[in-house]
Amino acid sequence: MVKYIVKRLLLSVFIMFGVSFIIYFIIRLMPMDYIDTAFAPQLNNGTLKPEDLQRIKEQYGLADSSFLGIINGYFGWLGNFLRGDMGISFKYGDKVEDIILENIGISFGISFVSLIFELIIAIPLGVKCAVNQYGKLDYTATVVCMTLTAFPTFFLGNLFIKWFAEDLGWFPVYGLQSPNMPVTASGFQIFGDMLWHLVLPMIVLVMLNVGSYMRYQRTNTLEVLSADYIRTARAKGLSEGKVVYKHVFRNTMIPLVTVMASTLPMLFGGAMITETVFGIPGIGKITYDALSVGDIPLAMGYNMFIAILTVIGILLSDIMYAVVDPRVKLGK
Amino acid sequence: MEEKENIAVTPDSVLSPVDGEKTPVDGALSPETEQSANGGKQNFNDNLHGENLTERAKALSPAATVAKRFFRSKLSVIGLVTLILLFLFAFIGPLFSPWGETEVDKNPENIAVVYDMRAFTYTVDGQTYSSVSETERFPDTNILGGISGEHWMGTDNSGYDIFTRLMYGGRVSLTIGFVVVFLETLIGVVLGGIAGYFGKWVDGVIMRIVDLLSCIPTIPLMLILGAALDGLGMGNSIMKLYIIMAVLCLIGWVGTARLVRGQILSLREQEFMLAAKCSGLSTGKKIFKHLLPNVIPQLIVSMTLGLGSVILMEATLGFLGIGAPLSTATWGNMINCSSQSRFRQYYPNMWIGSGICITLAILAFNFVGDGLRDAFDPKMKR
Repeated sequence: MVKYIVKRLLLSVFIMFGVSFIIYFIIRLMPMDYIDTAFAPQLNNGTLKPEDLQRIKEQYGLADSSFLGIINGYFGWLGNFLRGDMGISFKYGDKVEDIILENIGISFGISFVSLIFELIIAIPLGVKCAVNQYGKLDYTATVVCMTLTAFPTFFLGNLFIKWFAEDLGWFPVYGLQSPNMPVTASGFQIFGDMLWHLVLPMIVLVMLNVGSYMRYQRTNTLEVLSADYIRTARAKGLSEGKVVYKHVFRNTMIPLVTVMASTLPMLFGGAMITETVFGIPGIGKITYDALSVGDIPLAMGYNMFIAILTVIGILLSDIMYAVVDPRVKLGK
Repeated sequence: MEEKENIAVTPDSVLSPVDGEKTPVDGALSPETEQSANGGKQNFNDNLHGENLTERAKALSPAATVAKRFFRSKLSVIGLVTLILLFLFAFIGPLFSPWGETEVDKNPENIAVVYDMRAFTYTVDGQTYSSVSETERFPDTNILGGISGEHWMGTDNSGYDIFTRLMYGGRVSLTIGFVVVFLETLIGVVLGGIAGYFGKWVDGVIMRIVDLLSCIPTIPLMLILGAALDGLGMGNSIMKLYIIMAVLCLIGWVGTARLVRGQILSLREQEFMLAAKCSGLSTGKKIFKHLLPNVIPQLIVSMTLGLGSVILMEATLGFLGIGAPLSTATWGNMINCSSQSRFRQYYPNMWIGSGICITLAILAFNFVGDGLRDAFDPKMKR
């Protein structure tokens, strides 16, 4: 087990290296230099000399756009990254790690609460559908779930904004805080106001994701239902309820736990499109805004963050698989 | 890695309609009981008692069995019909439309005054009021026209006929899916096949590439790429969409490769492969004639489901404004305007249509893919 984990960690280092190089290379293909555009006014009115600009570029390893220059720049970035310095965001002028840490809370909150709701709905429904396979409920639930899964995030999000926020006025349209909030508002009021802003995005997230969990749980349950030990349980005369909840349900948790582990990047990485549609300043929207203007340090930092989460997620799901299921042995 | 593949999420669906053959057995639902209960006329597979040999003798060919099973499921048929309708709409529809993709309606009779509306709120003495301000404009083209006999879904902010653009948009959105999925599958089959067949270090190298590529976050990558291509001066050409899609292919093949490799790993240990080896077949023949045909059912299913996800991808690109130039009609581009609150609130005719088309297309591909999966599955006896 330990040997397996060590092997996987070494592999992860290789993966990180590859991912960072590919992303860095693509970013550097952008000829639109953010620095040029950002400092254009200062250059024009003479407060900044071209030499200064060149110095700033060299500091970030951006001065040379040839292939070798890009490689050099990459290793410069890598060196800083390994020393724990992810650079300063061009767009926000703040340390990348600070930006990520500051904005991750709200993204995590939304994703986590939605995930809980998704599971609360999906797990019982999935079990119920599997137990009454091909029944009316099964049929309806599957069709509804497939339909919801087919909706693009931005379409459902904008439909909801139009209906429930703009037409009916039940919820705020945009952002995280009402603009007419009195300055004297207590922390509790502010929190309530924030929750009110988050209702729609969370409903959208739950609706979009509940389907895949439900169908996954349904397949699992069907698989377990046909196992030999379930026949044994029935044969020894247990009631159907006991069979389902004690023998079937518990065993369906095994694959589910491993799937949960691999949702890690989703939990912390922020739902980029949902956040953008609803204007929630989470990590997803912050990086979306930065990525589209070519903010290299933040783009690299965020992508590395996601890639690390993905690697940890896969590793964790493998380990969880061995932990919850004694039949599985890791590291053949 | 091995362990992971076993638990790969298999979005199941064993949804085929009941067809009147109800299972009169008690609660027990193990496949065996179900089988014997279903048994009989409808499915020759179940007739295992050998009483009806003639009927078994004229067993259907595998393809016909799959087709028969596929068409028995209502959802698959609904999906297929929806797809056919969408394709007719996109490819035949424009022939009957009086408007072109980028044809502006300049007929003075159609032009109406446009009101630019802006909602705002203001606070006086602690009391909040909301109001809407209107500005009149007299354009020389029929922009933002309402629904009329002339324009079934109105016109957009450039004066184009929305219904017609919906048809043209379908052309790009639907065809690009086929190209991308075909390329992804091609790369995936070749590399996955090589990895699975040769094993050892070849497998190691290819699978490490697969691991690496699957850790690259897609949407951030596309945003970066979109900005880079804009910078390279491709902001206004459809090449941008093609290049982004090509990059998607370059990282999207990993799923297919995993699937093919996994299948081939288990297939190559089987007796028929030993037989192939003994008859001295060439490696190419063994791979392409004996191994790959056995993977084709899974491939078809994953391709069908992949078509849906490429359509979603194109739509996402369009929505984020990094796909085709906005003057090109694609479903993704048409839904792009929904991010501006003015269009979202007052001109739903501009974006709801394309949203519905995207959703329908994805849903239909998923229905068909699911139906095919069930139809191909030899364990499914329904």
